[in-house]
Amino acid sequence: MDTRAESAAYSKAVDEPSVLLTRAPDAVLTRRLLAPIWVGGITWKVLFLVTAGGTAIMALAIAYTVITGIGVWGNDIPVAWAYAITNFVWWIGIGHAGTFISAILLLLEQPWRTSINRFAEAMTLFAVLNAAMFPVLHLGRPWLAYWIFPYPSTMQVWPQFRSALPWDAAAISTYGTVSLIFWYLGLVPDLAAARDTAPTLLKRRLYGIFALGWRGSSAHWNHYRIAYGILGGLATPLVLSVHTVVSFDFAIAQLPGWHSTIFPPYFVAGAIYSGFAMVITLMVPIRRIFGLHEVITTRHLEAVAKMTLVTGSIVYYAYAVETFLAWYGGSEFEMYTMLKDRISGPYAWIVWIVYGINFVAPNLFWFRRIRRSAIALFAISIFINVAMWLERFFLIVTSLHRDFLPSSWRMYLPTFVDGAIILGTLFFFLFLFLLFLRFVPFVPISEVKELRHELAKEERELAERAKEAAHGR
Amino acid sequence: MAGDLLAEFEEPEALVEAIHLLREAGLRELESFTPYPIRDVQEALDLPRSRIPLYCLAAGLAAGAYAYLIQWWMNGFDYPLNVGGRPLDSAPAFIPSTFEGTVLGASLAAFFGVLAFAGLPRLWHPVFEVEGFERASIDRFFLRVGCDQERFDVHRVLPLLREARALRVVELPEARE
Repeated sequence: MDTRAESAAYSKAVDEPSVLLTRAPDAVLTRRLLAPIWVGGITWKVLFLVTAGGTAIMALAIAYTVITGIGVWGNDIPVAWAYAITNFVWWIGIGHAGTFISAILLLLEQPWRTSINRFAEAMTLFAVLNAAMFPVLHLGRPWLAYWIFPYPSTMQVWPQFRSALPWDAAAISTYGTVSLIFWYLGLVPDLAAARDTAPTLLKRRLYGIFALGWRGSSAHWNHYRIAYGILGGLATPLVLSVHTVVSFDFAIAQLPGWHSTIFPPYFVAGAIYSGFAMVITLMVPIRRIFGLHEVITTRHLEAVAKMTLVTGSIVYYAYAVETFLAWYGGSEFEMYTMLKDRISGPYAWIVWIVYGINFVAPNLFWFRRIRRSAIALFAISIFINVAMWLERFFLIVTSLHRDFLPSSWRMYLPTFVDGAIILGTLFFFLFLFLLFLRFVPFVPISEVKELRHELAKEERELAERAKEAAHGR
Repeated sequence: MAGDLLAEFEEPEALVEAIHLLREAGLRELESFTPYPIRDVQEALDLPRSRIPLYCLAAGLAAGAYAYLIQWWMNGFDYPLNVGGRPLDSAPAFIPSTFEGTVLGASLAAFFGVLAFAGLPRLWHPVFEVEGFERASIDRFFLRVGCDQERFDVHRVLPLLREARALRVVELPEARE
């Protein structure tokens, strides 16, 4: 039986499209996956300049905010959180899918994580970087942000650890650090491959330094595999804890609509849901532009769509539960916020857009044809990204703008600086992502080769068993 | 020939076979170089279990204990602040930072553990002097046979490597110390 037929037989046996379609020899595969970092293109340069320009918008808006003062933003009492915290929660949530793919799916031994885990982790890193900016800017005097960390100061005071803000700082700095080392450790063998195929001496030396002298020896792999597994095991509870801590920022407050024990699971599911949408938004164009259809296959599209469906359904269930509990709890403030203000107040149109999109979008993934269509996935993912941003927005603003005393009620309106910053961070994110695509092997090459080796072995065994069965009959 | 031998193989199966043959011949100092981790190779070499998990556990426990104790000392003793009559040692409120500290400590131990045990970073190594060794990160499988072991004999090792379909066998240059 030739290899193609073997592969078809295997796909049929597991009733799924294959996770890897390529039959090219290792050398060809390596060269193809490394090609984007050796050969640039005009498209890349144009996109680079555009996103660099967008990043400049962000830099200017931030400089303006810092120099003039936080008053250039639209937030005021009572809506003190608004855009900054919406952006913070949105960005950090996006990061969660990257860790979910690289850590949780590693522990669950899902073969489809292999081709996409590297760029999903990069997405995490850049999203966390963007997220971390907002609480700092939101301080109003960001140059004093280091006061949150416990260091022996001449002021002789310590941070107050009964507050959620030091938890946030601990969670996000830990999350950023662990994501970085997890990503870098996985990258080392591929940087060695880049070093060994580099076209010029300078590139060879640069990649050589970052590859740390990796030789792929049995001792290296022995320690590497254990440590990689442990990091996966540590990142798994970590990713759940980070958004739990973010939700504590809300849940330990007394405000109607926030003070609820459902927040941690609700936020974690929302984070992974929006993160998977961002994975789709990035994965579909990358696959298309770099022609990676044999590494990122229909199986990947389907698997990611299914994850979006599952997490989206959990989010919807959480909407139902929080609304039910507001009524069942009997607090008149809760009932006003959840049952009146949200669904018929001045921000109700946003609430209904979110409820609408988050109901329709993931449920479209019940249909196999939609799950397998890259274009449909891409379009739906954009809707989900927007809806999840709006969800955090109404969650924050509806609870704040009308709290216990009607005399302090006030509407929130963003300023153009608010808009410029969120727009700018989007460009900054894409800017970093483009740099990553150009200079780092964005598909884990050694893992893909390992996966192919194991699949080939499995296929051979399966073919042998089929042959034996045929003989037996 | 006086130095270590380095054999090149085209397929992981051949490498595994070579390891089995050499280990049957009583050779223990073997080291493979492969572009990706291969379970059969690791099993054939019968490497000792990595001790990184122990270090991770120790570092995680130490960092977690440290995180809890500094919070307890800072908010309970050095700068006690009564917030709404809550106890000064507010254990539940100290848990999130304690957890994050634990994870951070253990993760750093895992990362630096790999570097320490694998002897990295080390940008130069004798095997890099071998022409064509760069394919060890791409599509070729190498095996180093140490010459400083008791039962090492070139005339015995070479036929075994050839039997296992080694493409070529070269002598490694001496390490420059």
